[in-house]
Amino acid sequence: MRLIVPLQGVVQGRGGLFVGSLIPCCLFYFLQLYLKRRRSPPPPPDSSDSTTAELPRTSSRSSLFTRGNSSIGRVRVSSRAAPLAKPPDSAYYIGLERVKTDPYDRVSNRDGIIQLGLAESTLCFDLLQRWMSDNLMDSLMMQSDADGGFDVSSIAMYQPFEGLLEVRVAFADFMSRIMGGNVSFDPSNMVITAGGTPAVEVLAFCLADHGNAFLIPSPYYPGFDRDIKFRTGIELIPVHCRSADNFTVTVSALEQALNQARKRGSKVSGILFSNPSNPVGNILSRETLHAILSFAQEKNIHVISDEIFAGSVYGEGKEFVSMAEVAASAAAASSGEFDKSRVHIIYGLSKDLSLPGFRTGVIYSFHEDVISAAKKLMRFSSMPVPVQRILISLLSDTRFIDEYMAAHRQRIRDKHFLFVEGLKQLGIPCAESGGGLYCWVDMSSLLTSYSEKGELELFEKLLSVAKINATPGTACYCIEPGWFRCCFTALADEDIPVIMERIKLLAESSTS
Amino acid sequence: MVALTAAKQDQNLLSRMAAGDGHGENSAYFDGWKAYEENPFHPIDRPDGVIQMGLAENQLCGDLMRKWILEHPEASICTAEGVNHFSDIAIFQDYHGLPEFRQAVAKFMEKTRNNKVKFDPDRIVMSGGATGAHETVAFCLANPGDGFLVPTPYYPGFDRDLRWRTGVNLVPVTCHSSNGFKITVEALEAAYENARVSNIPVKGLLITNPSNPLGTTLDRDCLKSLVKFTNDKRIHLIADEIYAATTFGESEFISVAEVIEEVPDCNRDLIHIVYSLSKDMGLPGLRVGIVYSYNDRVVQIARKMSSFGLVSSQTQHLIAKMLSDDDFVDEFIRKSKLRLAARHAELTTGLDGLGIGWLKAGAGLFIWMDLRNLLKTATFDSEMELWRVIVHKVKLNVSPGGSCHCNEPGWFRVCFANMDHKTMETALERIRVFTSQLEEESLKLTKPMAAPPMVAKKKMCWQSSLRLSFKDTRRFDEGFFSPRSPVPQSPLVRAQI
Repeated sequence: MRLIVPLQGVVQGRGGLFVGSLIPCCLFYFLQLYLKRRRSPPPPPDSSDSTTAELPRTSSRSSLFTRGNSSIGRVRVSSRAAPLAKPPDSAYYIGLERVKTDPYDRVSNRDGIIQLGLAESTLCFDLLQRWMSDNLMDSLMMQSDADGGFDVSSIAMYQPFEGLLEVRVAFADFMSRIMGGNVSFDPSNMVITAGGTPAVEVLAFCLADHGNAFLIPSPYYPGFDRDIKFRTGIELIPVHCRSADNFTVTVSALEQALNQARKRGSKVSGILFSNPSNPVGNILSRETLHAILSFAQEKNIHVISDEIFAGSVYGEGKEFVSMAEVAASAAAASSGEFDKSRVHIIYGLSKDLSLPGFRTGVIYSFHEDVISAAKKLMRFSSMPVPVQRILISLLSDTRFIDEYMAAHRQRIRDKHFLFVEGLKQLGIPCAESGGGLYCWVDMSSLLTSYSEKGELELFEKLLSVAKINATPGTACYCIEPGWFRCCFTALADEDIPVIMERIKLLAESSTS
Repeated sequence: MVALTAAKQDQNLLSRMAAGDGHGENSAYFDGWKAYEENPFHPIDRPDGVIQMGLAENQLCGDLMRKWILEHPEASICTAEGVNHFSDIAIFQDYHGLPEFRQAVAKFMEKTRNNKVKFDPDRIVMSGGATGAHETVAFCLANPGDGFLVPTPYYPGFDRDLRWRTGVNLVPVTCHSSNGFKITVEALEAAYENARVSNIPVKGLLITNPSNPLGTTLDRDCLKSLVKFTNDKRIHLIADEIYAATTFGESEFISVAEVIEEVPDCNRDLIHIVYSLSKDMGLPGLRVGIVYSYNDRVVQIARKMSSFGLVSSQTQHLIAKMLSDDDFVDEFIRKSKLRLAARHAELTTGLDGLGIGWLKAGAGLFIWMDLRNLLKTATFDSEMELWRVIVHKVKLNVSPGGSCHCNEPGWFRVCFANMDHKTMETALERIRVFTSQLEEESLKLTKPMAAPPMVAKKKMCWQSSLRLSFKDTRRFDEGFFSPRSPVPQSPLVRAQI
């Protein structure tokens, strides 16, 4: 009303009532338009999925004058869910989707797209399969009832959501074994989850509020964008690492990123990193880990170490050291001054034991309250009981585990050698790596322009011409163009020359 | 390294969500669980332990399940017969789920709805149990601060599952015992208005059908009116049908999937079903939750979120095989219903004999027991007092109506499907003893120089010709609390000491 009266006053004399009413109406119209635009825009129609059952859209103008948001138009989903309905824009996911349309098969589809974008290993399935068929029915049925027969309630009924004590004990022993044997894990500091994905999300929910941020050395695993940002509202701030340092994070880079974040008004709650790192595959030294811890202690923030590739270390002379070990020794050395309850570890069996389908994850934390909260959150993502029973058997068979891990490491090493050598023959170098199921390849010599645009063009050419899905560095927030992650542990030896041939042809066609 | 005091370090280090009470486990109602965990009943080792009647688990058909698993080793992938599938299954982590798993679940959902409706396997999205399914649906449909209408009484877990990480509010739709706790349009409108006045944008209505904790099923007209209500308001209708196959007797379960075919111009983009195998198949340990939505976008989004709670591929494979075995499934459902009916009858006959009322219902793994007449006063404090007596003295963990947001004190949910016949007998015996003790107390107090104790002990109350129904004790209650009464305390408080 305050706006209308002076306006009416202004236009009085010439059709005053009409214009005096029209102007506020126009202002109201533009206000509605502005507010409507500020709300999340409706997602574009999806080409990849089946048609949505949309209501016919009426003229947008008429919708502006209706009250509330429950009028005509499409049925709304929540504003945090709406972006998920859009087709993926990250090359990581685009590549994975494209492979599904035309997957390579060395027998039936030799011209298909070869998958180098998914970090999974099939190298030791023969060993696992044999163990399963020899042992499994026993382990699944290992609990007997009063009559000595199989007690079905032992796999079918509700059990504590954070995992049976036996499975946590089994994981604690296993993790200690594969992480060098100098660190011990306490089962009561552990929570078992349905995969590494919920493990990361749950930790994020526990350690930071909506709007807070984690520092994350880049290049980093693209899946973290989904795991951390989707539902928690926590931001990820990349801390760029350089090829000159072999992409190892430095404290000065962390310091700089933190200061910049603070200037922007962002509250940084922690540092998240993978070790062995993904996508580069380098293993952080004890000194680097110690430096990260000191930094975190000084700034009073959390440290989350994703160690999901800990058992996949193949580099000669490379030693994997868990953050748990460094934290424990730092606390002991400082007589309790260093607070190790800021340290949290993520683990799972998807990579080291090639069981991604089983959904096995671990949150390990020195902070009692985090474990207490995480336990309660496990109701949303707990590991099914039959799988727990299987794992108790599997992980406790230390003789098999030792045999398996030795073979796993050796076979990755052999495959890595073949792959990297093949690339070297083509004049394509790789970063130095000692862990993981992939290598970090420098394809900058194949770029038409040394830029993100050039890299994405190369990515598209690799997909459509060379028929290879490799994850471009842009998707991993790498600041230097031309780097690609190539996963090689699902390849047979005979696939490698095929890949090299295709890359050679692509290189030749782009230089000609 | 800079040393910081422990207090200062802790202050800012945990998120609000983790440090808060959203998990609900600090509520007084957890005392029952704690009492059970500290002293769980076992017929031989702990005959005086607390009997768990607060957990809705279906253990009545474990023998059928066991037999099938032993006879079908190929379903387990981890046996000589099944291991040729091992590598494909172990590596499979596509959030679409195994096609055969979705097809088998769709078929099972059809069977449990008497094949009156078809389910599309491509609309089936996995989640970490029904718990995960509810949370996923809340994330998809509502923003922090939005609300869902939920008819009371409702499953206490909703307070946590729908609200904790999502920031969504629950707005109760009050239902009354006077009409059997039916959901009325008036109550829905009143709740909708309450939300509006409190500035909570309502995004959906969540119903549980068959109901938890009531065990009742919604009739066709009621379902239609709910569909119409939500359509008119353009809010989502989320139907939790987790107890679909637990109907017995003459009770008929009608799914919302059936009703939407009969409502003209129903906007299906607003209809979603939450399902699970935890209750119907008695497999809560497998963590199989399902979101079934008629809205393509919701299916797409929920599928992406399912990464946070995928069903293990080993489980998918097992369930795909199991639920494709038509003979087994048909027999399982048939026998499950018969056994539920029998166990239900055992409990309710026993309660009838003691004059304890219960809401007439024919589904679910529990009954809604009426102990209003045993309350000192018609208040929730009184209900808590009675509940504590039941947990600590009678040693039965039951769920008080207050925890289910019932508007009227005195109701209790009592689960019966997680125990064998002997345990049920023991539970009934304890109730018998409790009620006869109450009777004795009330007799003693009204006639202080009364007949010798023998008279009270000799006959059980249902045998006595002076049969004491619990309605009658109210007369004695009134005497207690009159200013003239020499005895200031009711027998319930005495029993507690």
